[in-house]
Amino acid sequence: MSNNIVSKLKRKKIEEVIKTGKRMDGRDLLQYRDWQIKTGFLEKPEGSAEVRLGKTHVVVGVKAGIGTPFEDSPDEGVMMVNAEFTPIAHPTWEPGPPPDEAIELARVVDRGLRAAEVLNMEELGLVSGEKVQMVFVDLYILNYDGNLIDACSAGALAALSTAEIPDFKVSKGEITQKDKKKKLKLRAHPIAATVVKIGDEFIVDATVDEEEVMDGRITVTLDENGNINAMQKMGAIGFSVDEIKKCINIASEKAAEIRAKVMAVTNG
Amino acid sequence: MSKTRKKKTSKKWERVDGRKPDELRPIHIESGVLPNADGSAYIEMGRNKIMAGVYGPREMHPKRLSKPNQGVLRCRYHMAPFSVDPRRSPAPSRRDNEISMVMRDALEPALFLERYPRSVIDVYVEIIQADGGTRCASINAAAVALADAGIPMKDLVASVAVGKYEDKLIIDLGDYEDKKGQSDLPVAYMPKFDKVTLLQMEGIMTQEETEEAVKMAVEGCKKIYEIQKETLKKKYGMVQGEAAAAEDLPEEQPESSEEAEEPTEDNKPTEEEEQ
Repeated sequence: MSNNIVSKLKRKKIEEVIKTGKRMDGRDLLQYRDWQIKTGFLEKPEGSAEVRLGKTHVVVGVKAGIGTPFEDSPDEGVMMVNAEFTPIAHPTWEPGPPPDEAIELARVVDRGLRAAEVLNMEELGLVSGEKVQMVFVDLYILNYDGNLIDACSAGALAALSTAEIPDFKVSKGEITQKDKKKKLKLRAHPIAATVVKIGDEFIVDATVDEEEVMDGRITVTLDENGNINAMQKMGAIGFSVDEIKKCINIASEKAAEIRAKVMAVTNG
Repeated sequence: MSKTRKKKTSKKWERVDGRKPDELRPIHIESGVLPNADGSAYIEMGRNKIMAGVYGPREMHPKRLSKPNQGVLRCRYHMAPFSVDPRRSPAPSRRDNEISMVMRDALEPALFLERYPRSVIDVYVEIIQADGGTRCASINAAAVALADAGIPMKDLVASVAVGKYEDKLIIDLGDYEDKKGQSDLPVAYMPKFDKVTLLQMEGIMTQEETEEAVKMAVEGCKKIYEIQKETLKKKYGMVQGEAAAAEDLPEEQPESSEEAEEPTEDNKPTEEEEQ
């Protein structure tokens, strides 16, 4: 993606520093940047969250709507996760169709939410086979400085858990909207934590520079009971079984920390 | 339906198709099945029917995607509209794009891309019929196709998924188990380096189960690896035999190991020239 000559120099420097147990920005290897999470700061969407993780800045909007269900699940609502890489977020990002990284980001966040059965899809059904409520989760990247998956996963959970969607009354196939909105009930609180491998070391919350020189990474999404809901390995390297175990352990601890931060905001 | 199955198997838990938890579906791989491609392979893994073709290393188009210091591995996973029920649009979906990406990450560690600056190796995979675990079957076929293309490789890559179904860990899930299962964890593995190159997971599993599932998948990959090697040996053993015949050498080689190795050495350059 970027100029390889610079990357090699950068890589050397970043690796050297990491070997000393520190990062270029002074952090420890397994230390996140500061989280700033804000919810409900937008009026138009049914739910919203803004996450700043260091210089990474994402906004998550949850919109509700009415649509037709999928053929194979006529009584279930629909949840869709989409990621937008806006050209203002990074000098190398351009307008146009979503790059593979954006598709992967959306799908990894989606998989975590879906596998944990965060939303009760049957509650979102209205008229069997015809009308269901749809929940759109849009991940909007405004500034990119690495670790989008963790930032977006936290943002999506924060936005969903504070979302209030329209409530409907259904009688004889007729749908009427109630005056009051209802809170979206979440059945689980999955959080993704990504462990990045650079050389022989493992770090969390990589910056864009660190991501550029990383060998690979494993994202693990866990719920509040410590169960794993999703995993995704990225990068053209292999991990040994022991390394995978190590990543799961690190991610398990970090996901709990992040969840506590999200819950502190959404419950307060 | 689940009731009748439980009745039938009240004594012993059994998989839908009667396999043991760690038993793979029947796998058949054939290499060199596409005359136009530089390398190719066809795999049947259960009812999956998948064709993989490799073109390259060749010049990269569009040029801006090439890298000045190394080659690029480009994968395309694509499902035929009739491969699933109901028919799907032939346009690539977000799922296809993601699978293409993870396939590339799974296969790339096996290659020496630094040998091909400014070039591309294209791996095209067409799912003719899908039966659960298509990404794993695709990787199995693609690895054989890459080897069939004469592209030097550090190792083959074998792949299989482990999932949780009725609270039990089972390997190589068929379509039914995949859809009704509690979780799915596809893995790709390079046995020579003991490295996992594809790791995804979706569902609900404890951390212990997840670790167990990875180990189980690795064991399955080792079995598939043997089938991949057999496939290549079958074809290239035959080519070697033909070449020997052409050079008027007897097919049964003399006992001397030095001489026995010779046809192999002679054969290799011809193989590559064909590309």
